[in-house]
Amino acid sequence: MAFRNYILVCGGTGCESSRADDIYKNLIAECEAQGVKDEVQIVKTGCFGFCEQGPIVKILPEDSFYVQVKPEDAKELISEHIIKGREVTRLLYNKDKSHKHAQVEEIEFYQKQFRIVLRNCGFIDPEKIDEYIARDGYSALEKVLFDMTPDEIIGELKTSGLRGRGGAGFPTWMKWNFTKMAENDQKFVVCNADEGDPGAYMDRSTLEGDPHTVLEAMTICGKAIGANQGYIYIRAEYPLAIHRLEVAMEQAREYGLLGKDILGSGFDFDIEIRLGAGAFVCGEETALLQSIEGFRGMPQPRPPFPAVKGLWQKPTCINNVETWANIPVIINKGGAWFQKIGTADSHGTKVFALTGKIKNSGLVEVPMGTTLREIVFDVGGGIANGKEFKAVQTGGPSGGVITKENLDTPIDFGGLQKIGSMMGSGGMIVMDEDDCIVDVAKFYLNFTVDESCGKCAPCRIGGRSLLNILEKITNGKGTQRDIDNIHSIGLAMRKGSLCALGQTAPNPILSSLKYFPEEYKAHIEEKRCPAGKCKKLISYSINVDKCIGCTACARKCPVGAISGERKQAHIIDQAACIKCGACLVACKFGAVEVH
Amino acid sequence: MAKMTLEELRNLRASKQKSLQKRSIEGKEGQIIIGMGTCGIAAGAKTVLDAFLSELDAKGITNISVTQTGCMGLCHVEPTVEVVVPNMPDVIYGNVDAKVAKQIVQDHLIDHKLVSDHVFDRPAADIYVKDGDK
Repeated sequence: MAFRNYILVCGGTGCESSRADDIYKNLIAECEAQGVKDEVQIVKTGCFGFCEQGPIVKILPEDSFYVQVKPEDAKELISEHIIKGREVTRLLYNKDKSHKHAQVEEIEFYQKQFRIVLRNCGFIDPEKIDEYIARDGYSALEKVLFDMTPDEIIGELKTSGLRGRGGAGFPTWMKWNFTKMAENDQKFVVCNADEGDPGAYMDRSTLEGDPHTVLEAMTICGKAIGANQGYIYIRAEYPLAIHRLEVAMEQAREYGLLGKDILGSGFDFDIEIRLGAGAFVCGEETALLQSIEGFRGMPQPRPPFPAVKGLWQKPTCINNVETWANIPVIINKGGAWFQKIGTADSHGTKVFALTGKIKNSGLVEVPMGTTLREIVFDVGGGIANGKEFKAVQTGGPSGGVITKENLDTPIDFGGLQKIGSMMGSGGMIVMDEDDCIVDVAKFYLNFTVDESCGKCAPCRIGGRSLLNILEKITNGKGTQRDIDNIHSIGLAMRKGSLCALGQTAPNPILSSLKYFPEEYKAHIEEKRCPAGKCKKLISYSINVDKCIGCTACARKCPVGAISGERKQAHIIDQAACIKCGACLVACKFGAVEVH
Repeated sequence: MAKMTLEELRNLRASKQKSLQKRSIEGKEGQIIIGMGTCGIAAGAKTVLDAFLSELDAKGITNISVTQTGCMGLCHVEPTVEVVVPNMPDVIYGNVDAKVAKQIVQDHLIDHKLVSDHVFDRPAADIYVKDGDK
């Protein structure tokens, strides 16, 4: 018998960690218990993207979008929705609205999105190759194996205008073409899944939700450039993505879509997984290749580029996960179709991981050229808790801040560069008025200093020196000379570092210095942190006129620095205070003040 | 499954596409809504629901979704089924059993004729106007 209802349960890491797996199991058990297991198909899909509201359960054909579902809700979902046909309104996303169904298309979070890379995420079961095949999966591979020459494949990519999604935006067709033209008996295809930017999880979600698209794309590349072996370099911290890739590879081999003589075409191609040990620098292509070869992951001077001398000195075509995910669609729908999406500078879409002080954090895919305002305020729903927008950091530790003035800049590779940031891999961290820009710059620099491989001096020494200066400033010991030093060290790192990690490490400081000079000035000249973040520069005190002596703060203080009788104004012992801010949160009368 | 040839892959895709299409809500043009309140279930709505599902499947109709609702207030003619499809008036059928369900699929959905013996409710004008158009 055919199914009448389909229950899609999110199986991304975000939702799994809020017990989506238990929801899935409970739903199956309840369907069995309530006698509808033959009528309902329960599918565990990839990430829906709306992580803020997870775990997400979607029931079709009603298209009911249930959010923040708990395992205990499974019984009610089956007995009410499936058996009686009544939506469980308390779990619906837009339950306040008067209309009957919470149509997914009507949720603002999804309205401005356009999904190419994430086309199958949240719809198919990533562990079933048949579902991928049913969604035109492996039809691009068919086309490439039987109807296209390598030059035609690369020509299609050229028409599409696809640029690498790993960060730098190098035209993908050129990379492929260089590797194709390099003459050698052995070439390699590599997928860079070493996603390491703080707050970025686009690649992880793509691999978890639709692993076959990457396998198909890599095989297409193998055919185009003349390679028979591919490697996926993925961080070991992504166990679910690794598991789904392994399942996908096994299924593809079983179907003859990987391995010898694919679909009887005579073309051989296979893929192996290599696990990274969590070194950020291994996301840099030459360091990544070193790591695959078994050496310590350190960048190599370029040229020679990997396209000429890559893995084991053989020509190697290396692309990022998101780039790969675009390939089958471009082959299927044509480069001209893809070229029409986006801007003149950048075509297609970009996936962003929207996090930080935003209402709807999650995974969003928008056409290139969408403005930051649309992403933050329309898709993201604006700043959480009614605070004031301050800035967005794009490009992770290699990028820069984008301020209110630049909110309307269309986001594409060129546009972001012009305002001193970069596309990066797609992490987007939103900051509000409570964030201290110097502190944020320090956070990123701390990260890059930690992750520097130490091979070249500008990065190893320059990064450390910059961090020392920032420490000084946030401790209230900065001088005007420090600002000059930041500029000269930053410039030296940009010019002298071997790889992008060092070249871009000063970006967060330089761009925040450019857009928020007054905040640096406040730290240096007035020894004051306007956002109240830098502990050495702030002090907490209790306003005696507002304090009613409720003792709430004194009970919360972890070091017992607050004293006072009940119903009498309290006092903070400045010498004992560790400036944790617990009293500020605890006070309901606004009596605790930050200076 | 063993390794596939090109043709086998295409056949597999074609067959799987159909089953996945049912999951997609795009392209769903109509609805069959079955009254499954206590009265409906007691009168055999569950058998009717099963009959609709298997009949739609047998006839290869994929653009109609089958859903259920509570009591429609016509408890004397349960099981009741509301059919909403383009180019046809919205109709509530009563006294539906598995046989009538099959008839509804054939007459109403495929031949665009009403199963007159079982039409129980809906504003009559709605039916006259649309029928008059034909």
